[in-house]
Amino acid sequence: MKKLLSGNEAVARGAWEAGVNVVSAYPGTPSTEILENLAKYQEIYAELATNEKVGLEVAAGASFAGARALTCMKHVGLNVAADPLFSMAYIGASGGFVVVSADDPGMHSSQNEQDNRYYAKMAKIPCLEPSDSQECLELTRLAFDLSEKFDTPVLLRLTTRISHSKGVVELGERKEHKPAGYVKNIAKNITIPAHARKMHAKVEERLKMLAEYGESFFYNRIEEGDRKLGIITSGISYQYAKDIFPGVSYLKLSLTFPIPQKLIAGFINSVDEIYVIEENDTFLEEQIKAMGYQVKGQSAFEKEITGKSKVPILGELDPTAVAKGFGLQKEQAYQNIQVPGRPPVLCPGCPHRGVFFALNKLKLTVAGDIGCYTLGMMEPLNAIDTVICMGGSVTAAMGLEKALGVEMAQRTVAVIGDSTFFHSGITGLIDMVYNNSQGTLIILDNRITAMTGHQENPGTGKTLQGQEAPIVDLEPLVRSCGVKHIQIIDPLNLKQTEAAVKEAINNPGVSVIIAKSPCILIEKKFQPALRVDEDKCIGCKLCLKLGCPAISFDKAKKKSHIDPLYCIGCQVCAQLCPKGAMGRGEVVK
Amino acid sequence: MDTVNILICGVGGQGVLLAGDIIAEAAIAAGFDAKKSEVHGMAQRGGSVVSHVRYGQKVNSPLIRQGTADVILSFEEMETARYLDFLKSGGTAVINRQQVMPMTVATGAAEYPQDIVEQIKKQGVKVVVCEGVKLAEQAGSAKTINIVLLGALSKHLNLPAEKWIETIAGRVPPKTVEMNKKAFELGSKG
Ligand SMILES: Cc1ncc(C[n+]2csc(CCOP(=O)(O)OP(=O)(O)O)c2C)c(N)n1
Ligand code: SF4
Repeated sequence: MKKLLSGNEAVARGAWEAGVNVVSAYPGTPSTEILENLAKYQEIYAELATNEKVGLEVAAGASFAGARALTCMKHVGLNVAADPLFSMAYIGASGGFVVVSADDPGMHSSQNEQDNRYYAKMAKIPCLEPSDSQECLELTRLAFDLSEKFDTPVLLRLTTRISHSKGVVELGERKEHKPAGYVKNIAKNITIPAHARKMHAKVEERLKMLAEYGESFFYNRIEEGDRKLGIITSGISYQYAKDIFPGVSYLKLSLTFPIPQKLIAGFINSVDEIYVIEENDTFLEEQIKAMGYQVKGQSAFEKEITGKSKVPILGELDPTAVAKGFGLQKEQAYQNIQVPGRPPVLCPGCPHRGVFFALNKLKLTVAGDIGCYTLGMMEPLNAIDTVICMGGSVTAAMGLEKALGVEMAQRTVAVIGDSTFFHSGITGLIDMVYNNSQGTLIILDNRITAMTGHQENPGTGKTLQGQEAPIVDLEPLVRSCGVKHIQIIDPLNLKQTEAAVKEAINNPGVSVIIAKSPCILIEKKFQPALRVDEDKCIGCKLCLKLGCPAISFDKAKKKSHIDPLYCIGCQVCAQLCPKGAMGRGEVVK
Repeated sequence: MDTVNILICGVGGQGVLLAGDIIAEAAIAAGFDAKKSEVHGMAQRGGSVVSHVRYGQKVNSPLIRQGTADVILSFEEMETARYLDFLKSGGTAVINRQQVMPMTVATGAAEYPQDIVEQIKKQGVKVVVCEGVKLAEQAGSAKTINIVLLGALSKHLNLPAEKWIETIAGRVPPKTVEMNKKAFELGSKG
């Protein structure tokens, strides 16, 4: 059967067909839909992990049991999970063990554009790169076989355009995999130095065997064409190259680490000129050049290898970028017209808004974190000073205090979402308590992982599949970390929010404010829209400081206006208006 | 046949992504290869949204090369202006008559370019304005606006009407099938 599937849907399907038994993962764009789609299959145990390290370790444990296991994450997630990944690279895989990394060149929703193929190289494990949805399915299925055959974790590396593009996919059937069961083998499964030294030797042997395997690997293929130009490429870049350079010769690599050196050498020999077209860093180019073909006069080939000198290293590739790089893009017929930007904003009624309004008003330094609430940095709220990575708010605020003392602490707060707190904020909080910090942490408990498309988390009382789950309750959790000063507030109540922040920053020791109010998109308990009574509105624009997409200013009338299509009646603006001009529908004139 | 390229743009929440899915699926139903691409993530928070759809004998890149889009289907007037460089010479822009104010305009920091459709026409672009909001309401619900726009788009593509209708019926809530069929018809006449 054929179906239009995104790369992520196809990876999920491929894992299912391969008989995957256990999946554990933390969401992260562009990887999230892999887990969400795996959750639909009854035959698979799939769960939301607390963070990526947890996800990778749960999958590793399942592999110890001889089960086929998968974890998936966005590229920066692999930084969090790197520690167990490197150990598992030594331990290997009893049951097929696949790690999916979805990279984000162009940073559509990320803080950097790191190229995770280097993780494969550093951990010395194979890297597979599909170039469309069909290959996503096939290579995922095959990754489990490879993992078992070579006793290694396999890195399946996707990028945003692979994950989120849809193409036609031929579906297969599931082949059940019965976990072989756990067999005690401490020389294999305990990474103490004495064992690890032997493991490393095996890893080096494994790499050689994988390199040999790659020479005749079906998905490393030469497409013969005009011999004047040969293009070596992988992943989505293959598709762009095919559009810009039709009819030339291609070496399309799918196993991009370790590379098949003989195949590459043969290909280079068979064509006049060589381009390496890849997105992100010079991963292939470096390896190919390291083979020695670049040094003119010293190599047998005397061929220049053109890669990142023409193909952009910054941002995402697309056919236009490739064409431009090689000077092949013609003038466009029409020109774009400069119009105001349209950045994303916090939803109307978002509970985060009240907190950022208070922080802006109090002119505090705010160590921010990653989630919908990062949008609190945007005008007019403009209430975040730093963002490092998930969990980094708590510790950054602590560092500011340690560097500049209590006075800084009294002007600083850290803000973090509930999911992010569970992910990696809690360790920072423990550090604050343990090391006698003074500081304030606001946990924005909207009871969901909103940013990545509304997943459950340990605080929501629901599993990945929406079944009931125990709730990890924030307040006793924070208390048991040793925090004495805890306030629970409703962030939709502006007065209460501001008072709580003022109290917390002046309290000696660690203070935590839990701002509890659900994301408006989960419960959708919308109230009737508010309207501005134009007789009362004095045009002071105070309400505009909330940055609510439902409120605009009518320049002609010099009055605020609420769009009834967008307003969900949260009443936050009504608390601000000095003239009481915001009311329910009946107030309208 | 050359690959047909359609770029759809609009604002998060307007139904751009579903529209893209429907075009690709209708093309596949009509026997073509198809690919589409968009970026998830910020779509829900009112940001700009763009989706690329391509179909033909065999499609390689899921992204359209600049200067090669046959049609730009724009759900919002001003959004069209960001993607004109994708349109091929002689290509058509089907523009929904609707303005959604971005935050910068709402707060008074920027102005909405009221004459944007005129500015686009001045470049020589073939512009078709679709009264999406009006027609959707006529069909029974403002929510059918993306289907109205697909109707308007369908006149510029070579896909059979029944493939459109089949695909739409499969992708909208069962209770709304009749309403959406009507929306498609109104769009294709409008
Ligand atoms: C290491 C890492 N993993 C995953 C992500 C993707 N990500 C960004 S924000 C976020 C969670 C946000 O949830 P929460 O903290 O509850 O805030 P909300 O969006 O609900 O306001 C995730 C998973 C990331 N940026 N970094
Ligand atoms: S999705 Fe929820 S948390 Fe995110 S901006 Fe909207 S209301 Fe706020």
